[in-house]
Amino acid sequence: MIFAVIGAVTVLALLLLALRRRSRKSGRVQPVRARAAMPTVLVDDVAQRPSLAGLGSKLGSSRGVFDRLRTVAGAPNRESLAIVEEVLLRSDVGVPLTTEILESLGAMDSGQSVLEHVRAALLANLQRDRSVTTTAKEDHVPVWLFVGVNGVGKTTTIGKLAQQQQGAGRRVILAAGDTFRAAAAEQLNQWAERTGADIVRASEGADPGSVIHDAIGRAHARKFDLVLADTAGRRANSTNLLDELAKVRRIADRTPGEVVETFLVLDATTGQNALVQAKEFLASAGVTGIVLTKLDGTARGGIVVAIERELGIPVKYIGVGEGVDDLLVFEPTAFVDSLLGA
Amino acid sequence: MFDALSDRLEKITAGLRSRGRLSDADLDIALGDVRQALLEADVELSVTNAFTAAVRERLQGEALSQSLSPGQQVIKAVHEQLVEVLGGEALKITYASKPPTVILLAGLQGAGKTTTAAKLANWFKQQGRNPYLIAADLQRPAAVEQLRVLGRSIGVDVYSDSSNPIDVAKKGLKEATRIGRDVVIIDTAGRLSIDQELMNEVKKISKVTDPDYTFLVIDSVTGQDAVHTAKAFHDTLALSGIIVTKLDYDARGGAVLSARGVVGRPVVFAATGEKITDFDLFYPDRMASRILGMGDVLTLIEQAERNVDPEVAAAQASRMMSGEFTLDDFMSQLNQIRKMGSLGGLMKMMPGMSKEMRNAANNVDDGQLNKVEAIIQSMTKKERQNPVIIDGSRRTRIARGSGSSVSAVNQLLNQFTQMKKMMKQMGGGGAPQMPGMGKISGAVARAQMARGAEVPAGLEALNAGLQAGQRTNPPAGGRNNKKKKGGRVTPPKQR
Repeated sequence: MIFAVIGAVTVLALLLLALRRRSRKSGRVQPVRARAAMPTVLVDDVAQRPSLAGLGSKLGSSRGVFDRLRTVAGAPNRESLAIVEEVLLRSDVGVPLTTEILESLGAMDSGQSVLEHVRAALLANLQRDRSVTTTAKEDHVPVWLFVGVNGVGKTTTIGKLAQQQQGAGRRVILAAGDTFRAAAAEQLNQWAERTGADIVRASEGADPGSVIHDAIGRAHARKFDLVLADTAGRRANSTNLLDELAKVRRIADRTPGEVVETFLVLDATTGQNALVQAKEFLASAGVTGIVLTKLDGTARGGIVVAIERELGIPVKYIGVGEGVDDLLVFEPTAFVDSLLGA
Repeated sequence: MFDALSDRLEKITAGLRSRGRLSDADLDIALGDVRQALLEADVELSVTNAFTAAVRERLQGEALSQSLSPGQQVIKAVHEQLVEVLGGEALKITYASKPPTVILLAGLQGAGKTTTAAKLANWFKQQGRNPYLIAADLQRPAAVEQLRVLGRSIGVDVYSDSSNPIDVAKKGLKEATRIGRDVVIIDTAGRLSIDQELMNEVKKISKVTDPDYTFLVIDSVTGQDAVHTAKAFHDTLALSGIIVTKLDYDARGGAVLSARGVVGRPVVFAATGEKITDFDLFYPDRMASRILGMGDVLTLIEQAERNVDPEVAAAQASRMMSGEFTLDDFMSQLNQIRKMGSLGGLMKMMPGMSKEMRNAANNVDDGQLNKVEAIIQSMTKKERQNPVIIDGSRRTRIARGSGSSVSAVNQLLNQFTQMKKMMKQMGGGGAPQMPGMGKISGAVARAQMARGAEVPAGLEALNAGLQAGQRTNPPAGGRNNKKKKGGRVTPPKQR
């Protein structure tokens, strides 16, 4: 912490030096330089401003692009490499994995088509156990904890899973552990009403750990089968917020509770930052599975392939809509096919 | 992974120093790197390709500047192109002659529309306007309630009822006119660009309210999909601009460039945190630096200029360089930093930050400034003037007086001594031994360039001095040195 302070002072010092040298050059100390605080109107001259707007017409061509690739037989050529690159990058698979797959195309079996090879290369990264645990040890309440950044759909996912688990004959209790965002508990409450699950909530600003602790106590006393615990969305680059999450997890894991699954909820529209999110939440909350949401849109969520490869966290569920039943078990083959537009 | 594209480029183009202009082959290498960096920053593929093509055009045949290395030249071109595409200048809100000025927000689920609506209302309030919020998101459970809570916290009324989004918008607008509000912000439900039904709905809302401004709210961590979303919303609503959210995440935010590149409309506002006030106009030049991993020196310089008394600064700078820098000076600088904003925010704008430092920055809160201040204030005047006299027993006393530990006092004194030494070396024209320093002064120069100002001769000399200093060290030695220093960094966990 002291280092940070010193660092900041050092930067300021350097700026002072820079400013001083500047003023020395002009022979006097310069007054504060006025910069246009409020930028000028743009609307009128938008047309003349350089813009990549023309690109719009080319969009969407990636979708059926693999149809072209399918017909490419034998060794990959320049064109097929370009198509593979385009498809993978456009699906948010990321540069490192894309490069790796492109390189592996050089050593491709001659009997294989380019499409088959790429498909196999992606699937090779998705070989994992995707089962979910719904039971805890003797006399403990199983807890599923939901973590993630803001706006990925944690609360909605809990609502859907409550429905699914109740449907499977389990009595579910929801813990409104997002005490930060305005009306988050109210949102979860509406899901509880919709699905018939029980809910424990507290006022805004309450300690999330205590809400979850209460829910577990209630579940234990009344013999509920599963606690689904919501947490506040948090950015993945703040140790303080992640430490807080680690603490919440410890509390949830305290007897009679046992955290049997920690789900990282990821938004399929997210780009490369998803890898950072997975890394940080894995370290602080011991993530055991991913729920990939919003796959019903135009995003393909390819970054999860890189996540599974690098961190070994399996995707367990996907969210495909706002309805209470719009939650599916993750199927690697279907996912890869959708990714490749096949 | 993406550490400072600017550094990478300088390395690649280092061998080109003697030649007069960049050859096509040189350009291929440099632009290949630019392309990869943009893709890693989540800039959409076709936007990336069009962008690198534009940079190539800019650089082709251009004579190399005398004062810039070829690498710097490439970075400058990339930076300029980024600034140009990101908007050149931003959009200025002009208020409707017949109030209220109507603003419609739209976007995907979870982009942050509701929070943005409240932040925007608060921003208008600060501009002396009288805003009104309409909660037309009847889709997501408790979205209306969320906006009501936020509205209450900033003292802005919220209209909603449970009819349907179109009627809510219509009635809300009528109510705003009746009670004389001059800015109306309509929050709508998150929707997928391919959901025809919901897209038609938002189009109808737009039709009945005839907004003066329609903003797409987009999450800065969005990947390649940003273009599809932006384009679909633009086709449906004819966007007037973009609001980018969650810029406090560590993402490079390439989505901003993608969206901007596709709809050709400016990014107007940026949200940078969870607090209502973490919201400001969007500055393209700063985003450009961010995408390039150059840090946000421009903002730093501006804040320094705005908050630091130049006379005091000059006096302090000369004391620093002559090695007379005391803990009193240090304190007065701490106070200046306070004026400049939050410490963590400042640290993050620093270019050339290592991962540890970035981490530390994310966790600095200003209470920690107080701790440092307490330690210094627990020293006698003599001790502050001449910290060398602080022995073991004085340390114990200072630690007790400031409610900290002896090791914290030690740490502060050690860091202070190091900093002082470095300052003196800089004053003497030697190379500073602090990692990232060269980058900072380089970035300062670049930022000045980007701002259209002539590079101050002093800075150029400073930069040249730095480079000269670095060149005398073998490159490997420089690396090691950096590592060693990095190892001495206070671990971020230790607070």
